[in-house]
Amino acid sequence: VLTRRALLTHGACALAALAGPPRFLVRAAGAAEARGKALVAIFQRGAVDGLSMVVPHGDPAYYAARSTIALGRPRRGDAATALDLDGFFALHPALAPLIPLWDARTLAIVPACGSPDVTRSHFDAQDYMESGTPGVKSTADGWLGRAAGALPADGATPFRSVALGARLPRVMRGDAGALALTSLERFDVRAASQPAVSQRGFESLYREGVRDLLHGTGRETFEAVKMLKSAGAARLTPANGADYPRGRFGESLRQIAQLVRADVGLRIAFADVDGWDTHVGQGADQGQLANRLRDFGAGLAAFARDLGDRLADVVVLTMSEFGRTVGENGNRGTDHGHATAMLVLGGGVRGGRIYGRWPGLAPEQRFEGRDLAVTTDFRTLFHDITTHHLTIPPTTPLFPGWTPPGRSLGLVA
Amino acid sequence: MSRQAARWVLAALALALLGCAGAPANVPIAAARVASDSAASDAAILHMLQRSTYGPRPGDVARVKALGLAAWLERQLDPARLDDAAVEAALSTLPTLTMSIADLQREYPRPDPETQRKLASGDMSPREMREQYPPERRPARIVAELQTARMLRAVASERQLQEVMVDFWFNHFNVFAAKGEVRWYLTAYERDVIRPQALGRFPDLLRATARHPAMLFYLDNWLSTRPGFAGRGAANPGRRAGLNENYARELMELHTLGVDGGYTQADVTEVARAFTGWTIDRPRQDARFVFRPAMHDLGDKRVLGRPIRAGGERDGDQVLDLLAAHPATARFIAGKIVRRFVADQPPPALVERVAAAYRDTGGDVRAMLRVVFASPEFRAPDAAGAKIKKPSEFVASAARAVGATADARGALALARAAAEIGEGFYEAAPPTGYPDRAEAWVNPGTLLARMNFALSLAEGRVPGVRADLGELVSGADRSQPEVVLQRLLATLLHGQGSEETRAVLTAQLGLPEIRRLTVDDRGPADTDVAKLAALVLGSPEFQRR
Repeated sequence: VLTRRALLTHGACALAALAGPPRFLVRAAGAAEARGKALVAIFQRGAVDGLSMVVPHGDPAYYAARSTIALGRPRRGDAATALDLDGFFALHPALAPLIPLWDARTLAIVPACGSPDVTRSHFDAQDYMESGTPGVKSTADGWLGRAAGALPADGATPFRSVALGARLPRVMRGDAGALALTSLERFDVRAASQPAVSQRGFESLYREGVRDLLHGTGRETFEAVKMLKSAGAARLTPANGADYPRGRFGESLRQIAQLVRADVGLRIAFADVDGWDTHVGQGADQGQLANRLRDFGAGLAAFARDLGDRLADVVVLTMSEFGRTVGENGNRGTDHGHATAMLVLGGGVRGGRIYGRWPGLAPEQRFEGRDLAVTTDFRTLFHDITTHHLTIPPTTPLFPGWTPPGRSLGLVA
Repeated sequence: MSRQAARWVLAALALALLGCAGAPANVPIAAARVASDSAASDAAILHMLQRSTYGPRPGDVARVKALGLAAWLERQLDPARLDDAAVEAALSTLPTLTMSIADLQREYPRPDPETQRKLASGDMSPREMREQYPPERRPARIVAELQTARMLRAVASERQLQEVMVDFWFNHFNVFAAKGEVRWYLTAYERDVIRPQALGRFPDLLRATARHPAMLFYLDNWLSTRPGFAGRGAANPGRRAGLNENYARELMELHTLGVDGGYTQADVTEVARAFTGWTIDRPRQDARFVFRPAMHDLGDKRVLGRPIRAGGERDGDQVLDLLAAHPATARFIAGKIVRRFVADQPPPALVERVAAAYRDTGGDVRAMLRVVFASPEFRAPDAAGAKIKKPSEFVASAARAVGATADARGALALARAAAEIGEGFYEAAPPTGYPDRAEAWVNPGTLLARMNFALSLAEGRVPGVRADLGELVSGADRSQPEVVLQRLLATLLHGQGSEETRAVLTAQLGLPEIRRLTVDDRGPADTDVAKLAALVLGSPEFQRR
């Protein structure tokens, strides 16, 4: 018979809650830690078409495979064509706000990145990219959760690891704990009168009693509420004229920037953005995918502008569970594929460069005859960033069962 | 074995017999009632209510006790015989619920492209837009009424188990309101496919979802054709069409076999071929299922090692039959049911027995539920409170616990509150639906949102929701805060509050804000029931079921 205790101990994070000490040790070391480097991970859920995001216009097979959805060859001054990067790759025209970042060498691109696992299920592939263990479903926590656990505990705050959204994503689960929130402004106890009385009441309810998932989470909640209030993060307005696109993605990035600028100890942040599953009517320079990318590019550019000098401490990493078929399907869309493009943006990034080998799009170069092949294992990319940006020792098993390659991508200075 | 446990086994046996016999319900019920009336303790009744309803209302435990737990359960398993007139009357204020797809498309049209263009270019002001295209005629209204109805039923329907299973099966066969045409199909999908068969047979649900335009559209099967098809009825007439694997994959991974169910990429492709031609006729009018032979791949198929002899429309039916009868499907469905009703980590032995019930009865949902409710795993003392309420369960259970009544506006406000805590009805984008595990729902942000909802409910700040907390503590002397607290704990937590929670709440009673004194300070005159009730509803215990 399964007891409640056994149930709770099944979750790794519950284990930590049972173990006794709080998941974080609050503000012990102060400002030094608070100004540490931060990683912002963005998950494009639904499998973005990397071949439209980062267009291989120099690959002759690209135009042959896509009769209605290919982006036009770069032509200077023509806003409908792809925006050239290096004579072979180009950005989708809706990503125009990212061109200055590429030119400033703060944006790097890995055009054929992905998982060694062949699944084309969104569910499985997202699960693997979040657990960091392709092909292994039993992994309880996520790679960002493990990364949070590998950061120095000294001076850790409740905002060390934050996901924007109502639910904590798989990737953030782990012993170190993480915070999920939808809005900094509303992150407080709100009562008709005397909210402080209610807040203290709730706080006591979760402070006392058994150490389980609920109580542990409750204790974290109130620590975070108090800290956020004293740091005044929610009152920071976008700096340097940064203009975030309306909608959830822009809001998420705006709030992550607030947390960075308020020095509340943010080290790992996560946001997701969906709408990439373009099976039907994907569009080219205009249309469904172009609209999503416009939001995406504008959001990232606003974030970089808002952070200003603080971008030196931040790396933004974008990912998606897989790419899409090289060939266009019968509905002017694309089906589930294999490799996709991932972007890395930040002050410490060796940008303005393409990383990883281009496998080619000719039918015989494709994975299983239909998809872009993976030439950079996503773990290689992620590991590079945790090692060189977050300075987590490279021997830490963030990706169990996998040995990092001898040579780093050299993506982070 | 304790005496109580022995009685439980007796009751369980009686229930199990019921399940197998399939005889007219009133005969074996009499036998079960004898066994259970003396056996079912308040705790057992409470546990059953926590798991098979949206939470007990004041007086529910006593009502079930009077009726007998087994008899109560049988009634819940036969919802058509339960009078639900009050809820039906409230629902009748929502006109879209009874409309056909064709009517919905006509009455709640998509924005006209010309109007949108004018709005974007500035040729039309937002005000003119509102006049030409008022919000009450927009398709968003359809979804809002569905969300209203779902919450209204969760809070007030007598057919509670059916509502729980509607939520379960909708989530299992999830479609997403915001994908394309789905919003016009949702009403019919839930009303005609999910609700009538929520306590029926799984293969019927499977077949009905497979042919419904909501599913055909959501998972793109309506567009899937044999390679090279370019005829009339293609999604983009005159253009080449082709195979779309989306439905085929999710059908096996999420609807039937489960991700470990032993199928391969080749099976996905073969299943997709079998379903080519299953499409939607006139998707922007009445959106009827149609099989178009010209779109169909006429070749033979082979699925999970079994040949599917080319038979046109029958190909898809053969695949559905094959999947519905597959042992992996029985196990997968059983596992999900056990996770919903028993524990996040389903006890394997119980899953096996529920899967056996699936196999023995051809996927009869009632039979599977009977096995669950009669099982020792379900009634194990540790099972009580082991599940964390998901947001819609928390919101509805809080409203029910305080005996709140909600009109349509109130139900929508409650549905929005659940969305803020992370679970909006019809708003799960991926085909997996929403997760059914504690870790997915417990984190600082949403815990705070739960406490804030508890406050707004208790303080009467949810528009359209009336909760008379005075009624809840009626008879208690409000000048004695201890008595008020005792009453609240008894009504809202049914004596399940931990020592610590009681101690913390008792300590609150000393606060001047809770224990309001009279002006001359001669003694407590009143207790702030709302503040106390909010603390109870936001307590750790109330997050569990």
